[in-house]
Amino acid sequence: MKSDLSNKAMENEKQEFTITVYTENQVGLLNRIAIIFSRRKINVESLNTSPSEVSGIHRFTIVVVESREVVIKIVRQIEKQVEVLKAYYNTNDEIVWQELALYKVLSDEITEKVKVERLLREFGARAVAIRKDFIVFETTGHREETNKLMEALAPFGLVEFVRSARVAIIKESAGFHEKLKDFEKSEPGIELVENEYLGQRGNVFTM
Amino acid sequence: METKQLTGSQAVLEACIAEGVDTIFGYPGGAIMPIYDALYDYMDKLKHVLVRHEQGGIHAGQGYARTSGKVGVVFATSGPGATNLVTGLADAMIDSTPLVCITGQVFAHLLGTDAFQETDIINITMPVTKWNYQITDATEIPHILAKAFYLAKTGRPGPVLIDITKNAQFQSFNYEGYSICNHVRSYRPKPIVRKEFIDIAVQLINEAKKPLVIFGQGVILGKAEKEFKEFIEKSGMPAAWTILGLSALPTDHPQNVGMLGMHGNYGPNVLTNDCDVLIAVGMRFDDRVTGRLDKYAKQAKIIHLDIDPSEIDKNVLAHVGVWGDCKETLPLLTMGIQQKDRTEWLNVFAGYAKEEYEQCIHEEMHPTAEALSMAEVIHAVNEITKGDAVMVTDVGQHQMVTCRYAKFNQTRSNVTSGGLGTMGFGLPAAIGAKFGAPKRTVIAVIGDGGIQMTLQEFGTIMQTGVEVKVVILNNEFLGMVRQWQQLFMDKRYSFVDIASPDYVMLANSYKIAAAKVSKREDLVDAVTKMLAHEGSYVLEVMVGKENNVFPMVPQGCSVSEIRLK
Repeated sequence: MKSDLSNKAMENEKQEFTITVYTENQVGLLNRIAIIFSRRKINVESLNTSPSEVSGIHRFTIVVVESREVVIKIVRQIEKQVEVLKAYYNTNDEIVWQELALYKVLSDEITEKVKVERLLREFGARAVAIRKDFIVFETTGHREETNKLMEALAPFGLVEFVRSARVAIIKESAGFHEKLKDFEKSEPGIELVENEYLGQRGNVFTM
Repeated sequence: METKQLTGSQAVLEACIAEGVDTIFGYPGGAIMPIYDALYDYMDKLKHVLVRHEQGGIHAGQGYARTSGKVGVVFATSGPGATNLVTGLADAMIDSTPLVCITGQVFAHLLGTDAFQETDIINITMPVTKWNYQITDATEIPHILAKAFYLAKTGRPGPVLIDITKNAQFQSFNYEGYSICNHVRSYRPKPIVRKEFIDIAVQLINEAKKPLVIFGQGVILGKAEKEFKEFIEKSGMPAAWTILGLSALPTDHPQNVGMLGMHGNYGPNVLTNDCDVLIAVGMRFDDRVTGRLDKYAKQAKIIHLDIDPSEIDKNVLAHVGVWGDCKETLPLLTMGIQQKDRTEWLNVFAGYAKEEYEQCIHEEMHPTAEALSMAEVIHAVNEITKGDAVMVTDVGQHQMVTCRYAKFNQTRSNVTSGGLGTMGFGLPAAIGAKFGAPKRTVIAVIGDGGIQMTLQEFGTIMQTGVEVKVVILNNEFLGMVRQWQQLFMDKRYSFVDIASPDYVMLANSYKIAAAKVSKREDLVDAVTKMLAHEGSYVLEVMVGKENNVFPMVPQGCSVSEIRLK
């Protein structure tokens, strides 16, 4: 009977989603957003807060591994927060993303072993600090890439490793400048109203 | 513009006046003393009700909001005063009750130092408030309070908490007047109505042979009772209510087919799984309404009207989501739907109602057992009030019985803790309900468990002289838990046997008239006397110890598996 709803059911496999949230700059909002995940016992893989393309508007980038159905519900709960302007969710093919990683290696290891130097060149690592006793390298890329270098450096005494949260650009997005203007109005346009999922119901009569 | 010097405390009270607040429920304490000091000069403009516990204060604020349709305002101090609000905030959040709670806080320079009566109430209340904010500078007070009232009452209403540090309450500043807030750029109170989905919904309703309308508090919160009635009347559809939707449609309306859910009526539960189109209006498919979700209305096309976009598809997938304020969407539907006679379909409900009456209700209303039943007490109340009273309930068996059997002629007459199920809600909520509807008779029906959770509020009744009729249905058990233990846990009555004080003596000690009744022949006289009495009254009714509430949808069962006994 509910053939029109079965497409939604098929989306129930877990995958990586990147949630982009445009917000006011307000103390405590990070908690309000975090609570939405923790209440449902959903692990946040990565979370980044930064300024956005619009002055005064903050941009959260949150990565979770969840089903589309759950992600839609979360996004709606996020948008419900008073100080959230808009939240988007995207699969990996819909975004361009990067993470930054730092690696600290002992200088002796680098200078003594040509192999390490080759490795660093191969991965496009950049030295950001060179000391007598240690060197800090940096790479940016997808998680698999930064992971590979970490694994490759492990046998050579990787002293410290740290990776940043994901930052992502939505390929299809035209930015938030125009949208914010609409939000300023007392009667925002139709596009701002989160009705996009309703469109999926077009074939309601094909039983 | 003319400006004058005001303290932060005065600005708080000016905001209340500008927002049309007439009653504040509160309790003073160290960190909110400057506001109370200012209140001393505002006594002619703002009525303050001194409660006996902050939880009582916030439940009273909820009762006030429910009957008046206005924002309930609550004052409490920092630390324990503020944490005592948490249960009420959670209750108001889940039942969408508009509240503005103002808490005092330690001086800004002491924040984070574990100062006396300091608690991080902003973070504590974050999950149970629609919005909260801490003010450390008095100049923020006018616009933050304007925003607080706006957010509390618009869209899907909810509780807002504003925490004000003591220095901000003392601080004098250049007051430039108060302007009402009507727009927050990051907040959309209601989604835009999309005509195309109205059209699909109209077509579904017109093609339906067996449509069923189920409605919740959204109809009341949207002040859309008239629009709702027109909608169901035009196409003759049966309408069933959730516990919070109760009283939006008069009980005796021919299309009112009764209550949904766990202890709801037989017909609407069974026929939820038989209708072809299910039209949900301003309700959120709570698990107590739906029973087992994977067996809920699977045969039906579902139309869901809600103002809160996050409710659509949350629990039950909707074929058509009609987002928006039902005050706007219902007339659009009414315009499109055809006039229909659905007598045959309504007769199916009547058949179930008859069966329920014969197998269950008749015995409840006219018991053959010696002990009084809860239903006959409510029936006795109905006989006198004729459905004109505000009925306030606590949580448990008496709540289900009252909601099942009480009659209602007008909206905003049923005040109960629905989503959170807060025992102890009843007595303080009834006090607030009376302040919110001073011309109406307010009857609180409360169990012997719930009354003992907040009976300190008898003190509030004594001191304010507010007129509340309290019916204590005493079965000497925590009845609902006992019922479950009987039915599902082999009658292992673990800690449900609860002793009571002498309620008549207790009430009398608070200067409240009281009586106790345990015999059938005395019941009607006792209820008559209570309602004729000028002033508050406590009537303790001893009811059957092990009476159960039926029908019942056992947990984990489908709504159509409802049991009549």
